[in-house]
Amino acid sequence: MAAEDKREILLEVKNLTVDFKLGRRKFSAVDDVSFHIYKGETFSLVGESGSGKTTVSRAIMGIHQASQGDILYKGESVSGNMTGSQERKFRQSVQMIFQDPMASLNERAKVDYIVSEGLYNFKLFKGEKERKAKVERTLRKVGLLPDFASRFPHEFSGGQRQRIGIARALIMEPEFLVADEPISALDVSIRAQILNLLNKLKKEEDLTYLFIAHDLSVVRLISDRIAVIYKGKIVELAESEELFRRPLHPYTKGLLSAIPLPDPESEKNKNLLIYDPSIHDYDKVPPSWCEAYPGHWVLADERELDLWRRR
Amino acid sequence: MTETREKILRVEDVVIRFNLRGKELTAVRSASLDLYKGETLAIVGESGSGKSVFTKSFLGMLDKNGRVASGNILFEGENLAEFTREEQWLKIRGRKIAMIFQDPMTALNPLKTIGEQIREVITLHRGMNRQEAREEALAMLGKVGIGDAAQRYGQYPHEFSGGMRQRVVIAIAAACRPDILICDEPTTALDVTIQAQILENLKELQREMGMSIIFITHDLGVVANVADRVAVMYAGEIVEYGRTPEVFYDPRHPYSWALLASLPQLGEKGEDLYTIHGTPPNLFKEIKGDAFAPRNPRALKIDFEEAPPWFAVSDTHFAKTWLLHESAPEVEAPKIIQRLKEKSLKGLDYGS
Ligand SMILES: Nc1ncnc2c1ncn2[C@@H]1O[C@H](COP(=O)(O)OP(=O)(O)OP(=O)(O)O)[C@@H](O)[C@H]1O
Ligand SMILES: Nc1ncnc2c1ncn2[C@@H]1O[C@H](COP(=O)(O)OP(=O)(O)OP(=O)(O)O)[C@@H](O)[C@H]1O
Ligand SMILES: [Mg+2]
Ligand SMILES: [Mg+2]
Repeated sequence: MAAEDKREILLEVKNLTVDFKLGRRKFSAVDDVSFHIYKGETFSLVGESGSGKTTVSRAIMGIHQASQGDILYKGESVSGNMTGSQERKFRQSVQMIFQDPMASLNERAKVDYIVSEGLYNFKLFKGEKERKAKVERTLRKVGLLPDFASRFPHEFSGGQRQRIGIARALIMEPEFLVADEPISALDVSIRAQILNLLNKLKKEEDLTYLFIAHDLSVVRLISDRIAVIYKGKIVELAESEELFRRPLHPYTKGLLSAIPLPDPESEKNKNLLIYDPSIHDYDKVPPSWCEAYPGHWVLADERELDLWRRR
Repeated sequence: MTETREKILRVEDVVIRFNLRGKELTAVRSASLDLYKGETLAIVGESGSGKSVFTKSFLGMLDKNGRVASGNILFEGENLAEFTREEQWLKIRGRKIAMIFQDPMTALNPLKTIGEQIREVITLHRGMNRQEAREEALAMLGKVGIGDAAQRYGQYPHEFSGGMRQRVVIAIAAACRPDILICDEPTTALDVTIQAQILENLKELQREMGMSIIFITHDLGVVANVADRVAVMYAGEIVEYGRTPEVFYDPRHPYSWALLASLPQLGEKGEDLYTIHGTPPNLFKEIKGDAFAPRNPRALKIDFEEAPPWFAVSDTHFAKTWLLHESAPEVEAPKIIQRLKEKSLKGLDYGS
């Protein structure tokens, strides 16, 4: 894929490890993870609950410290010490939508302030009128009414709160958006409206996304490339259609087999493939990161690579 | 057929209002439902349509500024809508009717360990001693797919991932062994494999105890999997309900059509997905006619004037739309949703 190699890399995660304590021992929630995201691309991270997706995105945002490895944004490290102006630039142009809408919104502030907070921090408006107009426009874009601005977060429904979190990130006109389960609480129509909006920003503003979601039908539709993560390790990475057409790793296959279908009859006759990690024989030779097909990577040992490719 | 079963809960014409700094907001406008023993009823509908508020009223858990303004909630010979004191609710809440709240973080106490929180519920509801309750709590963590249960037991909520917290909340509610379990978006933070496992656990618990479940979700795939019946909610009102295949294969309300048409499974890569135009009605104002009319491209003149009554499609399937009136013009469901089945079957042919 020579053409692809010329694309500009916006974000690069290199051998990232994040350790936490569990009882008395240490464990790596993210274990030697590497990937890069091209400018203008939608890169999705999918995988088991507790596999480290949120931890990866928080490490990118500098909320969690990397225990090992490095994170480069536009070629410069953002995991260590940044200069004041570097950090400012990064904080303004990289925004995150948090997974837990309630926990991430300041309970005591009205929506007007919550959505404007970034604008205040970076003085991104000339006068009160301009700020108010920006807030109103952004609320409308995510399907909320402008007079919601005078209410407090707990006075909303779950999906309305989630959209406040989206508005707060989008109002900053970011260049890179980390979206951790941004649409999980939305009905399918509003979900579609938000996805159309994200797609439009991608086309018109060249916005780049790291997208984390459990709804694989959505992930399939919007992603350029998808990485599948299992217990802190990326086990497979490929272009979206390729991954769905030709999943290789048994965990990926299990995941795709479990996608809920909006059809009562198919749901009754669904065949679940259950992933059993004990099928691997990694005691003597650990698996390595192999390019099974051009641009399609999988974590496997030699025997497995051969076997999975043959099927 | 369902009609012969025992009704465990009857909710009639419930209206719920909130006071917002002096202004009155009507979140639920005359919603009714029946719940049969042992069944799973799914409630789907627009974000903000009142699903959480409506079901929270069955446990007396409305926010302080909210109240049931009228209507009846009939359960075991009592009208819960008339309860005025907290003591009355304590007999019901958790023991008889339990709820898995939409926001797992707010349902958990950030200052107590996960283990303690599950154990407390078990001691309270199941009369076990401390040691037995601890064993049971550990077993429950395992059941919801949380490995290393012994270590996890001593951790705090912030040390769990979003989906792990959600599973703890499910474990706690299930530990109460209620007659009615209300699940408000219980699996949004779970990957599809763990979600499938949790749904199986719930079904098993239901078979064991004859529990009735109200399942609120935006994931129509989950609805197709778990629900015996489906109710569709729009702007504070239930607008259609029926057995699951009836609502999926023969929906009648224009809002149900629009909802199904927005499914990502019907989308094409690179193209805009179908969305419903306009915004939901302002809940501070009175709504005239069919609340969905302003957003319904096929609305009739009468939709703007008079609210439609219930019309029966079958013995088990009802919809509140003038389209079902005998003198209404012939209006067909959109073509795209007729292809739902074919399209979702395509979702099965990955990896081949
Ligand atoms: N602050 C923390 N302290 C200790 N452990 C943590 C912390 N944050 C996360 N973990 C642990 O790290 C692992 C990965 O968690 P993470 O939140 O990244 O998962 P996730 O992939 O986002 O899962 P989900 O899909 O459920 O949100 C989990 O085992 C979790 O318990
Ligand atoms: N405490 C409150 N004060 C004022 N309005 C409220 C309060 N709680 C909820 N509302 C409003 O009541 C309406 C119904 O809210 P509810 O939470 O029941 O919606 P929902 O159907 O559960 O939506 P979602 O799918 O987004 O969770 C919403 O418009 C919401 O803004
Ligand atoms: Mg997460
Ligand atoms: Mg809700």
